[in-house]
Amino acid sequence: MAGDVLTASGYIKHHLQNLTYGQKANGEWGFAHSSQEATEMGFWAIHVDTMIWSFVVGTLFLFFFIRAANKATAGIPSGLLNFVEMIVEFVDDNVKSTFHGKTPIVAPLALTVFVWVLGMNLMDLVPVDWIPHLAAMAGIEYMKVVPTTDVNATMGMSLTVFILVLFYSVKVKGPGGFAAELTMQPFSAKFPMNIVLLPINFFLETVGMVAKPVSLGLRLFGNLYAGEMIFILIALMYTGGIALGTFGGALQLVWAIFHILVVVLQAFIFMVLTIVYLNMAHEHH
Amino acid sequence: MNINATLIGQSISFLVFVWFCMKFVWPPITAALSERKDKIAQGLEAAERGMQSQAEAESLVQAQLGEAKQHASEIINQAQKRANEIVEEAKTTANVEGERIKTAAHAEVDREVNKAKEQLRGQVSVLAIAGAEAVLHKEVNAETHRGVLDELAAQL
Repeated sequence: MAGDVLTASGYIKHHLQNLTYGQKANGEWGFAHSSQEATEMGFWAIHVDTMIWSFVVGTLFLFFFIRAANKATAGIPSGLLNFVEMIVEFVDDNVKSTFHGKTPIVAPLALTVFVWVLGMNLMDLVPVDWIPHLAAMAGIEYMKVVPTTDVNATMGMSLTVFILVLFYSVKVKGPGGFAAELTMQPFSAKFPMNIVLLPINFFLETVGMVAKPVSLGLRLFGNLYAGEMIFILIALMYTGGIALGTFGGALQLVWAIFHILVVVLQAFIFMVLTIVYLNMAHEHH
Repeated sequence: MNINATLIGQSISFLVFVWFCMKFVWPPITAALSERKDKIAQGLEAAERGMQSQAEAESLVQAQLGEAKQHASEIINQAQKRANEIVEEAKTTANVEGERIKTAAHAEVDREVNKAKEQLRGQVSVLAIAGAEAVLHKEVNAETHRGVLDELAAQL
């Protein structure tokens, strides 16, 4: 590992490696000590850092919001409650303008998506070496602090949304209605021809349906991964002497300020698309 | 960059967070928000009502004030009329009384005049007789001429 850190590509690779726990090639269970070892662990391995940081962020979200919820009164709201209400109303407005069904899960789901994703994205603004360095001092080899730069985290969320979309599609339209939606459009015809068109329709609709969660997850992942990558590249400049280091510091500030926009925007997009997809699941075509 | 069980773990924590949010965050906050909305709406309505009732009270006051003013001016008019009447009445009474006093005085004066005339009549006859007595003393006997003298006195 010490040899890795000295080279630029080693530094970058090290920063992009999750702390993976799984079964090693020799049959033992434990943390992977290299990215090759992590890959060899296959599907039944877990990114402990992603899980911990997403859990920490999610717990913080619930802690503050439940505290505010317990204090919620019809009277004059105090600081925290005011802030929480602002976010809740913002999410509620978005849900009400986009979602026309009656399912009660959608609004809290949207709130969770927005605040949780925003929180995980904001971890990106913590200087890239702080937490990994502390972790290294504690003997932990790899530490990726931004869960949304892990494709597993973003796809995990988008797949959950996808499952909810499938569930509500079947629930609202009925199995027959859902099947008809998959097979009777976009090309519709009278009796003998619609049998011919059925496989074409099914193929097109399935591709369109699967593309939704994939694009939803990958969009968030891609944006945050790219942002993280630039932070890592900027951090590399600190090793290049005082002049380059100072320039890197200025760049990091500029990029961080710009990245605030990306962070909020991506969280917002993820929330809005979640609502839109769930609305489509509730609407008859 | 590996796809692994983190996918499932993340899905589970996502669902758990959503469930917590749906159970403990969303309902109390939206309930408080809608309750506050109702409260504000009620407050605004109450203010509206208050303003309306104030306007009503003001117009009522104006109406009553106008009525009172009219009433007062009516009373003043009546009082003036009554005063005029009293003055007129007093004048009439005074005139009548004055007339009466004048008449009474006239009657008194007449009576006094008559009385004086009676007295004078009596005295004149006495004087005339006395004068005539003095003139006729020598030649006329009072006893003999009494008839003429009485006739004379009656003519006065």
